[in-house]
Amino acid sequence: MGITQILFWTLTVLVLFSALMVITSKNPVHSVLWLIVTFFGISGHYVLLNAQFLAIVNIIVYAGAIMVLFLFVIMLMNLNKPSSPLKNKWIQIAGFVAGGCLLLVLVAALRNTEIAKNTVEAGTGDIGLVANLGRELFSNFVVPFEIASILFLSAMVGAVVIGKKE
Amino acid sequence: MYILAIDWLFIIEKLILIALIVTLCMIVAMYATYGERKVAAYIQDRYGPNRAGPLGILQPLADGGKLFFKEEVVPLASSKILFVLGPMLAMVTALITSAVIPWGTALSIGKNTIPLQVADINIGVLYIFAVVSVGVYGIMIGAWASNNKFSLISGVRAASQMVSYELALGLSLIAVLMVSGTMQMSEIVSLQQQHGWNVLYQPFGFLIFFICAMAECNRTPFDLPEAENELNMGYHQEYSSMKLGFYLFAEYINMFMSGILMATLFWGGYDIPFVDETKLAAGIGQNWVAFLSFSMLMIKACFSVFLFMWIRWTIPRFRFDQLMHLGWKRLVPLALLNMLITAAVVLWLNK
Repeated sequence: MGITQILFWTLTVLVLFSALMVITSKNPVHSVLWLIVTFFGISGHYVLLNAQFLAIVNIIVYAGAIMVLFLFVIMLMNLNKPSSPLKNKWIQIAGFVAGGCLLLVLVAALRNTEIAKNTVEAGTGDIGLVANLGRELFSNFVVPFEIASILFLSAMVGAVVIGKKE
Repeated sequence: MYILAIDWLFIIEKLILIALIVTLCMIVAMYATYGERKVAAYIQDRYGPNRAGPLGILQPLADGGKLFFKEEVVPLASSKILFVLGPMLAMVTALITSAVIPWGTALSIGKNTIPLQVADINIGVLYIFAVVSVGVYGIMIGAWASNNKFSLISGVRAASQMVSYELALGLSLIAVLMVSGTMQMSEIVSLQQQHGWNVLYQPFGFLIFFICAMAECNRTPFDLPEAENELNMGYHQEYSSMKLGFYLFAEYINMFMSGILMATLFWGGYDIPFVDETKLAAGIGQNWVAFLSFSMLMIKACFSVFLFMWIRWTIPRFRFDQLMHLGWKRLVPLALLNMLITAAVVLWLNK
């Protein structure tokens, strides 16, 4: 068992455990913090795949920016008190069915992907390095890239418009 | 030495290096508190600490000892784990920046050359962005876990301030990236050794970076999170003993780290000005050059730290709306303009 495998299994256990903790913790602030741990674990997986850019951007954008805003909102809403469990039985059943459907779709979709055929090449590919990824993004995939940036721009404009109201 | 297909010698080498760097940061942070008080005293025509040891040189030890022996209070209504986690995170995020910084030219021991850098990753600058953006959590978690309104307001202030100034900081660094064309810290330093320091090409970028770094460290013109007259003490109101010490220490380590970063990204890193390192190495040996270059980096960083202190004891605190105004309406557009001009010039020169 090499260092890559040791790291892989450690990270996998960490990610699965913290992801479970996200949905099982009663306190929403704890959930957010566990989600941050999950993001760090996933970033670790990206590093193992030699996708360094993706790993660090995952931390900058998700762990560093979005989760800070989540934490911000939850702290200000003062959700300290553990909320009472849902009383309505039908809502619980509906949630169970909906979750089950999602699981079914995911499993069905994953069965037909190429994951089964192409095993991961840990630490060998170099498409994830900044220089290569940048070249790809700005030559082969320049149109989708620009469209995504326009999407972001419109989201920003929308946020400003909502914020300006009164 | 391979066990489990792991190069243990490599790991041991890195562990020793990390231990040394962490110790260095701690010592510098300790003496930064002493320096802060001496600088303040000089600016205000006082003596400053001068009782413990000659010139008060043992004052940080006395302060540290005092903090250790204080009673440790954990508020009853706080969430205990997060309350302890807060100062830990503040300390960790302050220290991990040091991983990507080249501290000097390589040492040579026996046949091995040992680079004075823990991880020479090719996303060095992005790593620094990541650490800066994660740096909010220590304060936010501690502030929330204290279960105190003043702490919470301070934590929210700290978070919004850091998130706002992160943008301009990032934009000013992008201009540096355009000039050097790489994100690897060691590469940025060696390019500066060849073509002159980045501050010559990016004076505006440096100014913006400097202001934003001051805001990220919560130093005085920007120390809204710990404004005594509005918030009692701010986010560390409920903290005592060494947990408080960790928060205070983390601020000084952050300050030292931003000094080191400014030196590395703008002032040539460990480059000794007007000296060719390779020729010098032939003259006096590799290890002496490593020591000299390391000292050079420390001098540059300490000067930045001194500048921070000087500003702290000169300029009063901003109001919060002034702070946001400066961040969003002045620094971000300036940094954007700086980035665009740099991009245009780089493009024009390459053609």
